[in-house]
Amino acid sequence: MEQTVSMGTILWTTVGVFLTLCMFSFLYKDNPFYKFAEHLVVGVSVGYWAILLYYNGVNPNLFSHLFVFTNDPTTGAEFNSWKPKFDEIYYIIPALLGIAMWTRFSRKYSWISRYPLALYLGISSGIAIPVTMKNNVLSQLRGTVVGLGFDWSTSGFLGVPQGIWDIVVVIGTISSLIYFFFSKEHKGAWGGAAKLGIYTLMIGFGATFGYTVMARISLLIYRIQYVRDWWKMIF
Amino acid sequence: MKRQIPLVLVFTFGVLLAIQYFVPSEPSQRGYEFVLDWITIIGIFAMVLGIWSQIHVGYYKIKHRSEDWQYSVVTLVSMFAMILFGLSFFGGLHGTIFRLIYNNVFIPIQATIFSLLAFYIASASYRAFRARSAVSTVLLVAALLLMLRVIPTGPLADPINQIGSWMLLVPNLAAKRAILIGVGMGGVATALKIVLGIERSYLGKD
Repeated sequence: MEQTVSMGTILWTTVGVFLTLCMFSFLYKDNPFYKFAEHLVVGVSVGYWAILLYYNGVNPNLFSHLFVFTNDPTTGAEFNSWKPKFDEIYYIIPALLGIAMWTRFSRKYSWISRYPLALYLGISSGIAIPVTMKNNVLSQLRGTVVGLGFDWSTSGFLGVPQGIWDIVVVIGTISSLIYFFFSKEHKGAWGGAAKLGIYTLMIGFGATFGYTVMARISLLIYRIQYVRDWWKMIF
Repeated sequence: MKRQIPLVLVFTFGVLLAIQYFVPSEPSQRGYEFVLDWITIIGIFAMVLGIWSQIHVGYYKIKHRSEDWQYSVVTLVSMFAMILFGLSFFGGLHGTIFRLIYNNVFIPIQATIFSLLAFYIASASYRAFRARSAVSTVLLVAALLLMLRVIPTGPLADPINQIGSWMLLVPNLAAKRAILIGVGMGGVATALKIVLGIERSYLGKD
C-alpha cells in the first residue's frame, strides 16, 4: 500500500539530503557547499544548546526558585504569567556570581570573574576528589580483585578454568599500570612487566579502534540509506 | 584581594565539598544539591561568554569584509533563528520549527560529519595496521578480530566469536581498568592541585 507523504516532509527531507551531500562534497575537496553546511551547523548548534540550557538549566535551577510560573489555563501555553517569590531569594547570589563572569569583557574589571570561577572550580574539585576516587579507582580495583569471583569450577575460553582468566585480568591490569609508572626505569623484571602492560594496552586500543571503525561505517551506511529513502520518496 | 580571595574560596569550598561526601545526613545532602545548583547557574551564565564571542568574531569578519565573511552571516543568522524558534512564543523546546530544524539540519550535518570519518579512518587504519612491530601487530589483530566478530563469517563465526569475547573480557578489560584507574588518579591529583592552590592558571596573569 502506498503511503502519502506531505509536502512539508518532502521539503524538510530535501533540505536534510542537500546538507548531507554538501558535507560529503568535502571528500572531493574543500568547497563553498561544504563551508556553507559547516558554518550552518555551528550556528544551529550554538542556538540549540543555548535554548536547551535555558530550559533545562536556567529555568529549573534558577528561575523556578525566584519566580512562580503559571501556564495559560485555556490554551495551556507555557509560562503565561509569572510573579516573584521570596522564600528562596538567596538564589540571587549564584545569579549575581554568574553575571560577574561577564566582567571578562572588561579589561579593568575582569578580575571580578575570578570569584565565580574560583567558586566553580572549588566546588567541582571538592566533589570530584571523593567521587573520582570511588568510581574510577576504588570501584575498578574492587572489580578487578573482588568482583571477578575466581571461579575454578566453570571452564572459560579454551576450556581453561575461569579463575585462571580472572588472574590474567589482575596481572594485565597491574602490568598496564606499571607501564604508566615512569618514576622507575623500565628495566629488568619491572621492564618485563611494563612490556606485558603495553601488549595488554594494545589489545584494548585495538578493540576500541575496531569498534570505532565499525561505528563510523554504520553511520555512513545510515547516511546513504537516508539519501536512498529520499530518492524513493521523490521518484 | 584579586588573587587571595579566589584561592581562599577554592580551598574552602573544595575541602568542604570533599568532606561533605562522607557526611550522610540530610542537611549535608541539601547543601550539596544547593551548591550543585550554584555551579550549574554559574556555568550557564558563563556560556553567554561563548555566545558573545561567537557573535563578536562573526560581526568583526562581516564588518571588515574578511575572507569568507559571507559564511559568518550564515552562522549568525542560523544561531539567532534557532534561539528565536526555541523561545516559548514559538513553542519552546517542543516547538515545531525548532524540532524541524534540529531533525533536518542539525542531525543530518552532524551525522554526516562523523560518517565522513569512515573514509579518513581508512587511511589511519593503513598506517596503524602496518605490522611493523610485534606491538602494532597485536593492535592489528585485535582490531581485525573485533570487526570480524560482528560480520557474517560462515564456519569461522564461532571461533572468531569465542576469541573476540575472550579478548573483550580478559585483556581488553584489564587495559580499560588500568586506563580508568590512571585517569582517576590523574583527575584526583589535578583536583587536589587546584584545591591546594598549586594549580593557579585559572587566575590569569595580573
